[in-house]
Amino acid sequence: MATLPAAKRPWLSPVNRRRWQNFKANRRGWWSFWIFLVLFVAALLSNVIANDRPLVVSYKGEILFPVLVDYPEEKFGGFLAITNYRDPYNRDEIENNGWMIWPPIRYSFDTPNTEAPTPAPSPPAFLLSPAQRCAAYADGVNAKDCIFGNMNWLGTDDQGRDVVARALYGFRISVLFGLTLAIVSSIVGVAIGAVQGYYGGLTDLLMQRFIEIWNAVPTLYLLIIVSSVIAPSFLVLLLILLAFSWTHLVGVVRAEFLRARNFEFVRAARALGVGNLTIMRRHLLPNAMVATLTFLPFILNGSITTLTSLDYLGFGLPAGYPSLGELLRQGKTNVFAPWLGITGFMVVAVMLSLLIFIGEAVRDAFDPRKTFQ
Amino acid sequence: MTDSTGGPLLSVRNLSVAFRNEGGETLAVSGVSFDLQKGRTLAVVGESGSGKSVTALSVVRLLPYPAARHPSGEILFKGHDLLKADEAELRTIRGADITMVFQEPMTSLNPLHSIERQIGEILKLHGASGDASVRRKVIELLTEVGIPDPESRLSAYPHQLSGGQRQRVMIAMALANAPDLLIADEPTTALDVTVQAQILTLLKALQARHGMAILFITHDLGIVERFADDVVVMTKGEVVESGPTAKVFAAPKHAYTRHLMAAAPKGEPPVAAPEAPVIVEADQLRVWFPIKAGFLRRTVGHIKAVDGVDFKLRAGQTLGVVGESGSGKTTLGLALLRLISSEGPIVVLGRRIDGLDSSAMRPLRRDVQAVFQDPYGSLSPRMTVADIVGEGLSVHEPGLSADARDARVVEALVEVGLDPETRHRYPHEFSGGQRQRIAIARAMVLKPKFVMLDEPTSALDMSVQAQVVDLLRDLQARHGLAYMFISHDLKVVKALANDLIVMKDGKVVEAGPAAEVFAAPKQPYTRALMAAAFRLESIGGVIADG
Repeated sequence: MATLPAAKRPWLSPVNRRRWQNFKANRRGWWSFWIFLVLFVAALLSNVIANDRPLVVSYKGEILFPVLVDYPEEKFGGFLAITNYRDPYNRDEIENNGWMIWPPIRYSFDTPNTEAPTPAPSPPAFLLSPAQRCAAYADGVNAKDCIFGNMNWLGTDDQGRDVVARALYGFRISVLFGLTLAIVSSIVGVAIGAVQGYYGGLTDLLMQRFIEIWNAVPTLYLLIIVSSVIAPSFLVLLLILLAFSWTHLVGVVRAEFLRARNFEFVRAARALGVGNLTIMRRHLLPNAMVATLTFLPFILNGSITTLTSLDYLGFGLPAGYPSLGELLRQGKTNVFAPWLGITGFMVVAVMLSLLIFIGEAVRDAFDPRKTFQ
Repeated sequence: MTDSTGGPLLSVRNLSVAFRNEGGETLAVSGVSFDLQKGRTLAVVGESGSGKSVTALSVVRLLPYPAARHPSGEILFKGHDLLKADEAELRTIRGADITMVFQEPMTSLNPLHSIERQIGEILKLHGASGDASVRRKVIELLTEVGIPDPESRLSAYPHQLSGGQRQRVMIAMALANAPDLLIADEPTTALDVTVQAQILTLLKALQARHGMAILFITHDLGIVERFADDVVVMTKGEVVESGPTAKVFAAPKHAYTRHLMAAAPKGEPPVAAPEAPVIVEADQLRVWFPIKAGFLRRTVGHIKAVDGVDFKLRAGQTLGVVGESGSGKTTLGLALLRLISSEGPIVVLGRRIDGLDSSAMRPLRRDVQAVFQDPYGSLSPRMTVADIVGEGLSVHEPGLSADARDARVVEALVEVGLDPETRHRYPHEFSGGQRQRIAIARAMVLKPKFVMLDEPTSALDMSVQAQVVDLLRDLQARHGLAYMFISHDLKVVKALANDLIVMKDGKVVEAGPAAEVFAAPKQPYTRALMAAAFRLESIGGVIADG
């Protein structure tokens, strides 16, 4: 048999190509997707956008990267274990012997503004006159530090921390938490739904009953009890929520496997001697992936909302984490500082809306009835 | 409505149908014209994709508008152009003057309504009133279509009826308002041959009694020849030939008509070779499904799907298994492949395989392959042809390099007559016949000794059937394969099988060399089956189904 020239193999199957076209055709979803992607990438780069350390420092001919490396202060003639670059003494020392490049926002999520114009919470910079903004600096309006990057663009919270930085880091942790929870619980849910649907019978019966009982456990009370015993960290919270959120997808995946396991191509694969695991992975899982991918954006939204509400109630991430729920709670406590509540609300609302729009577009793209428009 | 012109009852003039899709518009039907006189039968015949069903649905405007549209043409029913009629007018015509019977009676009936309600609804929609009189009329209709003991069947649901009875109910619904035109879209395709003959006889009798015209859509030339007064042959959306049936059949003018008529599976089965090695042997094979009842789910009885079947199948030979649906043919095939559990010894290549677990069974599976009925369902829609055909190789010859595997896939595709260049495409890009070739390539790539063919030609057009039969016979001769050929289509079986077993209710009614059974069937059941298959006649008494 003469070997044929390797025929080109399309990297997207025609079905998926049509779905991609459908997704692109949904303008709102398509734009939401790009806006969200830009925001997400920006949030992933929070450390170089909002930080209390310079990005690059040139000191006595040496190039340093404080964002990546913790340098002791003795390097610059001080005595602390970690350099505080916002300290005027250190700043002058470095600038006299070189230069440094700061991120656009010179606060991290936990950096208190020691030169806040008013007692915390202080209002956004655009609400203040130039003189008011620089009131706390020794040289007033002419102070070297009274520059754009040191302003609190959206004010500070009640501990003097920059709201923009906290919102940015909070967005990142919310999306990362939501993504991790949604993906891990989807994997668990799909695996369990697959086993139930494929084997059916007693396996299915027992696992369905277990899920019914499991779903009856009140998650919130359990969280309150657990958080009174151990301090809930990112991981602990993730595991607890995971323990209850994996059940979302089981139903649809199980139904999909129950339906597809009697298809003739599955029977044909069994006649070929293909093993159960391979059949599930290669022949049945692609069918179930449609349901999974359609649900994923909504599960992601649900996960983010859960984390935010837990933070808001005070059962979520411990103090110190930049969380949107905590920002909202501060907004509730400090009603006279509306920038806290409004910022928190806007970030959460925009994030959830974008995800819902993307989710709708994904759902429509996978809808087999939308083949012809 | 009255006949204002005195012309034909239905006159279709230069009808075109276009469907909108992603790439623009596809013309499904173009420039079709025909006339149907009162009380006559016109058959529209063609292969799948020829536009015959679309034409029929256009008559009652049941296409998915606005995705479909009619760029040209008119449909004159009693002189009125239905294409210009508004929805209200169409509603008074549909179900009263023009009615339809579809292919699949199970999905055409609402599973949640009793048959009394479904037939009664049609009557009430078109003006009948009074529960008692509607009920009387329903019973009358059911009697007319030959449902035995209609009073007791009034409250039955579709799933409680057999396929033939369901189609009779559909016909009763179509008759309810004494239509002038009955459109029957492949009304017998989903039915067993014996039931098919009964339904055709019924339609003919009803037509004689009520004088309605029938527009009969079918792919089966045998039905056309026996049943229709006039025939229209369609291919690729165009009419290629039309005229009185007798004339068209006696002297087909168009090449496509001649091609259709020559399409019946032909050829001779392999000669019996009693000294060839036995490949598969079964002795008193039984598949019993337990019936469980009561709180403790105790087994109270069994459904005997296969009840004591024995046979010997030798290399290079074909065993035909025939019977109506529900006779246990497919179950027998699945039991031989050990895809369902069974009792009784099965010996494959001298080794007993009943009782082997799935991992012990795996190495044997390369010798025992299967081709299933539905070429659309048996290929995974999300895998390329190369992946589908190569899947068995990855299980049975895991050591094969990617290039070597590809070469084997190419070889198998060439062997079944497919262009190997197309192997990176997905199944939906292929026609039914090509898909069945892919399914055969999937079996052949492992170089099996025994292939179980479960109705491999039933879902295919007649001319494609003939090609697949030729291919199977050719492969058998080349590799000395043993086939078990399961089918309800006796014509195909006759062209392939040298031994035959006839099954009914899980039991073998008659067995023997195919030539003998076809020439002189001993059992009345076999005789009825053959009469229905070869002459479209129904022999009463033997086939219980209504």
